[in-house]
Amino acid sequence: MSVPAAFTDDSAGGTLRFTGSLSLANLGDLPERLATYDGKVDHIDLTGIDRLDTIGAWTIHRLAQRTGADIKGLNPDAQHLFDQVQAADQPVVIRAQHAPAFYRVLGEIGEATIQTFKTMVGLLGFLGATTLAFGAIFKSIFVPPRRFRFNATVQRFEVVGVSALWIIGLMSFLIGIVIAQQGAVQLRQFGAEVYTINLVGRLSMRELGVLMTAIMVAGRSGSSFAAQIGTMRLTEEIDAMRTIGVSPMEALVVPRVLAAVVMMPLLGFYAALISIMGGCLLCWVALGIPPVTYIQRIREVVPISDVWIGLIKAPVFGAIIAIAGCFQGMLVEADAEQVGLRTTAAVVQGIFLVIVLDAFFAVFFSSVGWI
Amino acid sequence: MADDDIVIRVRGLKNSFGEQVVHEGLDLDVRRGEILGVVGGSGTGKSVLMRSIIGLQIPDEGEITVFGENTVDLEENEAVEIRKRWGVLFQGGALFSTLTVAENVELPIKEFYPKFDPALLDEIASYKVVMTGLPADAGPKYPAELSGGMRKRAGLARALALDPELLFLDEPTAGLDPIGAAAFDELTLSLQRTMGLTVFLITHDLDSLYAICDRVAVLADKKVIAVGTIDELIALDHPWIEEYFKGPRGRAAVATQEAGMGKAGAD
Repeated sequence: MSVPAAFTDDSAGGTLRFTGSLSLANLGDLPERLATYDGKVDHIDLTGIDRLDTIGAWTIHRLAQRTGADIKGLNPDAQHLFDQVQAADQPVVIRAQHAPAFYRVLGEIGEATIQTFKTMVGLLGFLGATTLAFGAIFKSIFVPPRRFRFNATVQRFEVVGVSALWIIGLMSFLIGIVIAQQGAVQLRQFGAEVYTINLVGRLSMRELGVLMTAIMVAGRSGSSFAAQIGTMRLTEEIDAMRTIGVSPMEALVVPRVLAAVVMMPLLGFYAALISIMGGCLLCWVALGIPPVTYIQRIREVVPISDVWIGLIKAPVFGAIIAIAGCFQGMLVEADAEQVGLRTTAAVVQGIFLVIVLDAFFAVFFSSVGWI
Repeated sequence: MADDDIVIRVRGLKNSFGEQVVHEGLDLDVRRGEILGVVGGSGTGKSVLMRSIIGLQIPDEGEITVFGENTVDLEENEAVEIRKRWGVLFQGGALFSTLTVAENVELPIKEFYPKFDPALLDEIASYKVVMTGLPADAGPKYPAELSGGMRKRAGLARALALDPELLFLDEPTAGLDPIGAAAFDELTLSLQRTMGLTVFLITHDLDSLYAICDRVAVLADKKVIAVGTIDELIALDHPWIEEYFKGPRGRAAVATQEAGMGKAGAD
């Protein structure tokens, strides 16, 4: 069966005789050779072939169409195949028409702008819907039946908070060491190594503890919120929820946002402490400052306002990350690819908004005198 | 029956997931050029059987030969040679979501025959699209833009891209409307006749079984309990088979079939 397809021409009589197996595997360069063949063709003789599939039939059909030749030597099965292929020869669009590159780029810029604007408006709307859902749940405390999902929320606490302890601890410890080490190298030039402690203590409490925790929570939990809710959208779970009268905002979004809001200050404070411990280790090993002195110095140089600043920022960051995650998850429709895209968008949006807000917070707190 | 007339031969197949044994001592022969229907209750492992035959599920025990080659422990390059000769339609169509319908159909050909002429490739994709009954503007669309029935047709177009000798269909008519399902049956039958296909058809659709299957294999109790034409199966007096074909839906399918034949006779 593996005889390659070939043809011999009998130019005088105008007949092309095909031999071998006219099938995809054995076609070889026959289509190209036929396309450039410019001899006279009145008849196509297929008596000598031993196998024919639709691709072979199509090739012959095109040749017959181009040259107006008639086809001879078909057995009934092959004739049936030709009829099918002929019936399928209709104008079909295979590729989408593309506009010129210049217009396409312009169009893409425009679309991206509109899309960004729409996303911002959508996020704002989602924030409103979340607030309303919180309000409805709060109201249901006084007017039973209570709609707060205690178990779901506590479960989220564990996933967002407790499970993250190890990785956030490790990350913060290392960051503490890095700040102390880099700080010590620079401050040594002024003989002011002892200020390394101020650097580590204030930076950890005020900025890095919460910021790094927010980034980690966005990567761990914001993404998982988007992926979970997105998958639930695909499997129509969310529609099913609505039909049995459960509000997805109350059942899915509120527990997640609440978990992030409650867990972020705890995680942020914990991260700051561990980061100070990392600094302590480095100061002890590299600068010879014993831990007792280090802790005493920390208590003297880190004002309590730094702790408050961290604790005020953390729940806001948590809310933003959770809302961005849930919002992107809710936007998933159509196919599995979207789940991936939306998960990425949730993390990017979450981290971006956290950093923008952090800048606002920094300006705000220095204006109110918490320097 | 001569050996080369058996396209798929399964002997003593055992499949299990942890504690749960799906198949044990399963035997099955699929003959060249036939449409074999595979039926069985939910969870009897019809899809697992198909996955074992096409090499997606490594069986615990047993021997599977396709086109006379043992597929269980095949080298990768030998497996490729066999995969060229079959096409598979998965339950949900399993179209690649990042490619258009046309690109999905062209992919197997490009993969196996990288030097194929691109212009001819487009032509092939276009007649496959028409042949499987998709509208003429379906080529540049992405799977997400298609309805469930159109996705199945596009999946079939991809399964048929290499002009396979053997076609696996996993519940092709599930989720289609009756008109679409009947058209799909018609299409399978006509493709089988034109291209001399062997078809391994998993289905719950009694109308399909009556309309297009040459033989039907019944899966129950972890093995194939019977294979034969529907009349032969009903004559066996097995309670489950009896229930399956003679329940209310079975009777309705027979009535449809007989009405169809009566009309054909009257013409």
